[in-house]
Amino acid sequence: MTLPPAPKARLIVGLEIHVQLRTATKLFCGCAVRFGAPPNSLTCPVCLGHPGALPVLNREALRCAAKTAMALGCRILPRTSWDRKSYWYPDLPKNYQISQNEFPVGLEGAVELPRADGSVKTVRIRRVHLEEDAGKSLHDAPDATLVDLNRAGTALLEIVTAPDIASPEEAGDLAREIRRIVRYLGVADADMQKGHMRLEPNVNCAVELDGAEARTPIVEIKNLNSFRALEAAVAFEFERQTAAYLADPAYTLERRGKESRGWDEAALATFVQRRKEEAHEYRCFPDPDLAPYEWIAGELDELARETPELPQARRRRLARELGIGQGDALLIAEDRATGDLFEAAVAAGACPQTLAKHFINLWTRLAKDAGTTIAGLKLDAGALAELARLQTDGAVSATAARLIAEAMARTRAAPRALAQRLGLTRLSDRTALLPLVKEAIAANPKAAAQYRAGGGKAAKSLGFLQGRVMRLSGGRADPAVAAALLREELGPQLG
Amino acid sequence: MSVAELLTPAQVEAAARLARLLLNEGEAAAFAAQLAPILARVQALDELDTSNVAPLARLSPLANVLRPDEARPSLGADLALREAPDAAGGFFRVPRVLGEGGGA
Ligand SMILES: [Zn+2]
Repeated sequence: MTLPPAPKARLIVGLEIHVQLRTATKLFCGCAVRFGAPPNSLTCPVCLGHPGALPVLNREALRCAAKTAMALGCRILPRTSWDRKSYWYPDLPKNYQISQNEFPVGLEGAVELPRADGSVKTVRIRRVHLEEDAGKSLHDAPDATLVDLNRAGTALLEIVTAPDIASPEEAGDLAREIRRIVRYLGVADADMQKGHMRLEPNVNCAVELDGAEARTPIVEIKNLNSFRALEAAVAFEFERQTAAYLADPAYTLERRGKESRGWDEAALATFVQRRKEEAHEYRCFPDPDLAPYEWIAGELDELARETPELPQARRRRLARELGIGQGDALLIAEDRATGDLFEAAVAAGACPQTLAKHFINLWTRLAKDAGTTIAGLKLDAGALAELARLQTDGAVSATAARLIAEAMARTRAAPRALAQRLGLTRLSDRTALLPLVKEAIAANPKAAAQYRAGGGKAAKSLGFLQGRVMRLSGGRADPAVAAALLREELGPQLG
Repeated sequence: MSVAELLTPAQVEAAARLARLLLNEGEAAAFAAQLAPILARVQALDELDTSNVAPLARLSPLANVLRPDEARPSLGADLALREAPDAAGGFFRVPRVLGEGGGA
């Protein structure tokens, strides 16, 4: 009996990312942008959509958009302009959204994503444009919808990728790298909890069956606000669409076109959403109320000069100059201040490898416990360097370094002083170590016998006894001195 | 293409749906018949050769109108809601709609 060939399915994902810019005011009016203000307190005739009110572009928002577009390798259009995108919803007071359709800020860039195996994945960026956010609708009341327009008109940056993403993890990696980039640039806080970043993947699959390849309909999943939800929703759609096509060969892009689905966080499943306007029904047309913007000579160069080294460039440099691996560099360069702290500690004399181990194994966890970044622990680069040096020089063990780091985060005392105070300095004194060596041998006669018998198991037994001495000393014993003392005490080996 | 073919009743219905206008029985056909000659009139522009003319979105030569990113006083909720047909607890109150908004 021969089984039918298994279908092969390939995931195809493009991502639309909305990032709320960190401007003081909205995109087209002077209303302050503030989270948690009383409803409708931050509104004016422009963002309420009153007839006759005229929008005026926020200079800072435009500069932030151009900086981001350049950081994403986009071509900046010499002239950028505004369009109206029409649809009806109570949280959109003008019944159109001001966006950029024809002449966005930037086109055709790329993002490089480091992979676990050390290679790099490139995802093309199609466009970067500015647009205004809508307000918020509350559907809690049974008979009415309540609308708060504080958010209406807030500056959003929309970043659209090409469908180059091939797995749920890559989708998450891309979104995380975009967050790093906007944070490095300082153009956004990108706080997921506050809804500063909203993710909309466009997902479909190429299913190969009996030598023919079919494409499933493109499903846009609306308004995801965590990386976890993004990865879960993409993974869910991959399975759902593949199964839907295998059950019904008419479930194809040609037959069904695009679909819109929502994400149910509790059920961990996508669900069909009511159809809104089709793309061509947005009736985009140039906004007559807003003048286009033409970049002035030198202006973009100035923005480029204000742009710091970006995460991928920093990771490359950490690898090239300090020999830091890609996975470690990802954590070290997670945010700009933490990367700066790492480099300052290296400059203060820390061995990069030991310091990297401390960042990955010690500081990341302590920062997480404190609900902040490593830089957010507010420890001095000199202190981090000193701790790394103590370990590199053999003055403290790795275990002791961990205890000292914990105490540093708690008390902010200097590592050398803490090592003394906590009694964590390395024991290399023979008289102090001898009783521990004797105790280890007495407590483990089998290992001692195996060592004395020589042969294959001898080295392993010595290592075991050395581990016992380390444990008895609370991690303080100098491993080399302990091993030497063990050999002396155990006596000559047979064979 | 005849004038009548320029605009079908189905197209009128689609436009009415986007404008949230409810048409009565027979109105789509009636409006199609009335609007088609207007379209035909405008279509005369198609006879012009515009291949060497840049698109013109605005008549004003104005460009580069910016404002600094400095907060100005907002209206405040009371004033913002004063002209609203219905309001409750600082919110605009509208007939219940389903689902997420925000097209974007
Ligand atoms: Zn306003």
